[in-house]
Amino acid sequence: MIEVKKLAKKYGDYVAVSDVSFSASKGEIVGFLGPNGAGKTTTIRMLATYLPPSSGTATVAGYDIQTQADEVRRRIGYLPETPPLYGEMTVLEYLRFVAQIRGISRADVTRKVDEVLDRCFLFDVRNKLCQHLSRGYRQRVGIAQAIIHDPEVIILDEPTSGLDPRQIIDIRKMIANLAQHHTVILSTHILPEVQTVCTKVVIINRGRVVVESQIGELTKGRSLEQVFLECVSSEGLQGGESQSLASGV
Amino acid sequence: MKNVWAIFRRETLSFFVSPVAYFVITGYVLLAGYFFFMLLGRFNIVVARFSMMPNGGMPTPNLNQWVVEGYYHTLLVVLVFLIPMLTMRLIAEERRRGTFELLATSPLSVGEIVLGKFLGVAFVLFIMTAAVGLFPLVLCLFGNPELRPILSGLLGLLLFGLSFASIGMAVSSLTENQIVAAISSMVTLLLLYVIHSPVESLSGAAADILMYLSPVVQAHDLIKGVIGVKNVVYFLSLISVGLFFSQRALEAQRWR
Repeated sequence: MIEVKKLAKKYGDYVAVSDVSFSASKGEIVGFLGPNGAGKTTTIRMLATYLPPSSGTATVAGYDIQTQADEVRRRIGYLPETPPLYGEMTVLEYLRFVAQIRGISRADVTRKVDEVLDRCFLFDVRNKLCQHLSRGYRQRVGIAQAIIHDPEVIILDEPTSGLDPRQIIDIRKMIANLAQHHTVILSTHILPEVQTVCTKVVIINRGRVVVESQIGELTKGRSLEQVFLECVSSEGLQGGESQSLASGV
Repeated sequence: MKNVWAIFRRETLSFFVSPVAYFVITGYVLLAGYFFFMLLGRFNIVVARFSMMPNGGMPTPNLNQWVVEGYYHTLLVVLVFLIPMLTMRLIAEERRRGTFELLATSPLSVGEIVLGKFLGVAFVLFIMTAAVGLFPLVLCLFGNPELRPILSGLLGLLLFGLSFASIGMAVSSLTENQIVAAISSMVTLLLLYVIHSPVESLSGAAADILMYLSPVVQAHDLIKGVIGVKNVVYFLSLISVGLFFSQRALEAQRWR
């Protein structure tokens, strides 16, 4: 469903993502893990066709993200780090708008919007302005706009950041429900989240994939936290060592 | 076309839910009413003077010339300052609050986004033009002005406004900051407004080119009641230039 090959993104001399490859098959929920600044958001933006990669390729739902961007856009649902809401619209108006630009036919808009209001528990706030919603509701509207057109692939960038524990549990439940029909990529730096909802883990650090594995195999007897810290800190140590060697210490 | 319609709907909704459109329309009508009243007052004095000495060598004062033309020309200046208020948020705001990411990852072409947004401003400008058109039309109740220049002048105002709006949108697509967008469009539009002023010290082709490029000179023909193909083509080209630059600017951001 998703095939990423040696994806890289450079801004001038700065390398945001140097080498990311992984794959995901249908129905999987992939936890995309990494410390802040590892290149998670950049990678995700490339997969969502927002940023063009500097090199490498990826196919999403069988289409190339560069040469067939529009086909990819028809088949993905994408929630950026901050939910892309229009504050002056009500939830209902907003979802109708998204339904239209995502290519849902006019006859189906109302039905699809009702469906998604129901799935994301938004019915009670449907007539509220987006700017008056609490963070938890904003995030839910963000997820609603990502799934309204039943995309094959759903890409969520840190959907639970800044939420209270109760809201986090709600959102996780929603994500777990998505797996039945969709392939999900979930970027996060919250480890328990991955353990509870994901079937597969991809850990990236400094713009490179350091681990790609099914969650069961990876954590045999160890906690995900240990694995994560090993991957990330051993990388960090190497970097530190080579630096201290270079400076003659 | 369906996508353009969706963007247009959203854009007009934003205009009328946020107070921007109301403020701009009200401000425009308020200033228009004030100028109209002043010009009418001045015309009264001229008419009174004329009737005291009808053979004083003065031509018969003409309502169109004294009131309507001056009124339209003043409104062109007002548009230079109000249009950036309408266009500054068009694209800058989408970029700042991250909703551009939604549009850019939806199966929409950049052209559709640009066109939908432009039609949104066009709708507001249409209301503005219709509202200020009421004043000169009132003259028909109390006097007998020529109707043709009144209507063609309104067309001139509308075309002038649409061209400036498309340029304002192009400027707005270059920045995330609305204030920067407003100031730079105002400067750009003012420059365009006075582009024909060095003509007096120039001659030949240079002067002709500047005269042709000036939106004020082009609008003047329409205000005089002459609807030339040349004028309409000029304004339509200016609109296309603005739309083209907006489209290019957004396309460049999408793939950078």
